[in-house]
Amino acid sequence: MNAATLFGLSGAALVGIGLYGFVTNPEPLRKILAFNLLGSGVFLVFGVVSRRAAASGLGGDPVPQAMVITAIVVAFAATAMAIALVLRLLQETGRSTLGADSPGDTDRVSGNS
Amino acid sequence: MPEANVLPDATTTDGALLVLAIVSPAAGVLLSFVLGGQYAERIAAVLLPSGLFLASIIFVDVWRSGDRLIYIVGDWTPPLGIALRADGLSAAMMMTMAIVICAVAIFALADFGTRAGSAEARAPFAFWILLMAIWGAMNMVFLGGDLFTLYVAIELLTFAAVPLVCLDGRAETLQAALRYLLFALLGSILYLVGTALLYGSYATLDIVLLSRRIHMEPATLVAAALMTIGLFAKTALFPLHLWLPPAHAGAPAAASAVLSAVVVKGSFFIVVRLWFDVMPGMLGPAGAQLFGGLGAAAIVFGSVVALQQQRLKLLIAYSTVAQIGYLFLMFPLALDTVSAELQSSGALTGGMLQAISHATAKAAMFMAAGIIYAVLGHDRIAELGGVARAIPMTIFAFALGGVSLIGLPPSGGFLAKWLLLEAAVATGQWWWAIVMLAGGLFTSGYMFIVLSRAVAPSGEPLKPRVAVPRYQEAAALALALTSLLLGLVAFGPVDILQAGRLESMLVGPR
Repeated sequence: MNAATLFGLSGAALVGIGLYGFVTNPEPLRKILAFNLLGSGVFLVFGVVSRRAAASGLGGDPVPQAMVITAIVVAFAATAMAIALVLRLLQETGRSTLGADSPGDTDRVSGNS
Repeated sequence: MPEANVLPDATTTDGALLVLAIVSPAAGVLLSFVLGGQYAERIAAVLLPSGLFLASIIFVDVWRSGDRLIYIVGDWTPPLGIALRADGLSAAMMMTMAIVICAVAIFALADFGTRAGSAEARAPFAFWILLMAIWGAMNMVFLGGDLFTLYVAIELLTFAAVPLVCLDGRAETLQAALRYLLFALLGSILYLVGTALLYGSYATLDIVLLSRRIHMEPATLVAAALMTIGLFAKTALFPLHLWLPPAHAGAPAAASAVLSAVVVKGSFFIVVRLWFDVMPGMLGPAGAQLFGGLGAAAIVFGSVVALQQQRLKLLIAYSTVAQIGYLFLMFPLALDTVSAELQSSGALTGGMLQAISHATAKAAMFMAAGIIYAVLGHDRIAELGGVARAIPMTIFAFALGGVSLIGLPPSGGFLAKWLLLEAAVATGQWWWAIVMLAGGLFTSGYMFIVLSRAVAPSGEPLKPRVAVPRYQEAAALALALTSLLLGLVAFGPVDILQAGRLESMLVGPR
């Protein structure tokens, strides 16, 4: 197993763990953490793609590196925004959960204003 | 791979307009932050109409030449650089969105305009900035020439759309916004995984280059599936629609109109780009039937739930869920039975026309609902009695929007459904025709419920809680009329949707 395969598998594992955490955890904060884990996995995959496509003399393909920097910035901004929303929700309601109304519960939603 | 037959992608004359369409909203957003406060509104007042002007120039350009506008950013050609391309689909959608956003801006002057002398507030400041950001992000979605640019565009769109949901800062809207953001984050990260896999396999994400290199293999299939699921979550296609009704119904009226009419079309447009342009031959009959099946389920589910709603805004939001379903019926209908490829045929035109007519009609309906809410102080459907006498123009706009959703002639919805039905008959897929006709019946059902209550006489004459400015009603009515008269484009520029399509570029020497 060469380094690229190892990192690729690690990336895949991170994506899997993150996805599992995102789907199963009901709490927004944990979902946000899982999203970041998932994101790290994707960034690692981008790194592997860059390394694998390395031309002679170059350490890696620069295009995926440029993409991954952009993607990290986007993920950072997304996390900041999600955290800001959770904090504001905490200030307004005193709890940071989406409450009993899990995303499957549309009846309660239609009941409120 | 046969790189030799790649058409030289070069900047066309007027290609710089495409850059302007993306840069000017971004400049407006930044300038608003720098100048602050009441300037945001003034900047938007200058930029949004000029955006409409820009979109019409691009529209006319593409229509006249029947070919794409291209701009190669920094003269670095793909795969290393980024290309911006405007084909017929982009031009038509840009034009529609510019019209809708301008109408929404006029409508929003009443709610988010700052009077002379009054202190500046946060909500209007945020609203105008977000409106410009949405406009810029949508232009980027329509013009982006590679899948990673589209990823950035769809993220910008999400970041602009989520705060619109919770502009008033109530706890319910914060929850709706958070739920929307979580769905959107999952969607975007799945899309990103797909782009990584595609780049790993083909070493480019440029749509034109990729469409030539791509072939059926496990990595491509996984990438396509992940990207599609991610985009479905952002488009709120059944069963990933759960975030949409609370988010769209809870937002202020002007924001709801933008979210329902404009934002969901962004991710839908990328689905179209992905399957019609990047890999037209990969969806196959089974995949196309699956897309259509999800669309049909959305139509039935959204309509049935809409029929049960007690509140007007939630009814309209569920109607959006149903109408999104129609957009996905075009996939099985556009599939050529012989070559098993998605064709840019009448079904594609019908589907895009459905997106356009839904955008105008739904924005008008949300604005009308906002006016009704302002006048009555509530939007309970059972207590709408007498409202048609108080604000006849608004109810008329609402009804005209409904006419387009149902698909009565001469509305845009009629032409769209006609084209889709024609494709269903031509390809012998009668079951989609049944779904479409049933959806029309459901739509007339919930429109009838609302309108019959609205025109019913009330015991005592209705006293409006606030005086609604005439231009607000006019903005809603203008959009509804646009949607109604959209069917008349059958005699005009409907063929622009086929202009500069990729297949026509591939076959035949040019």
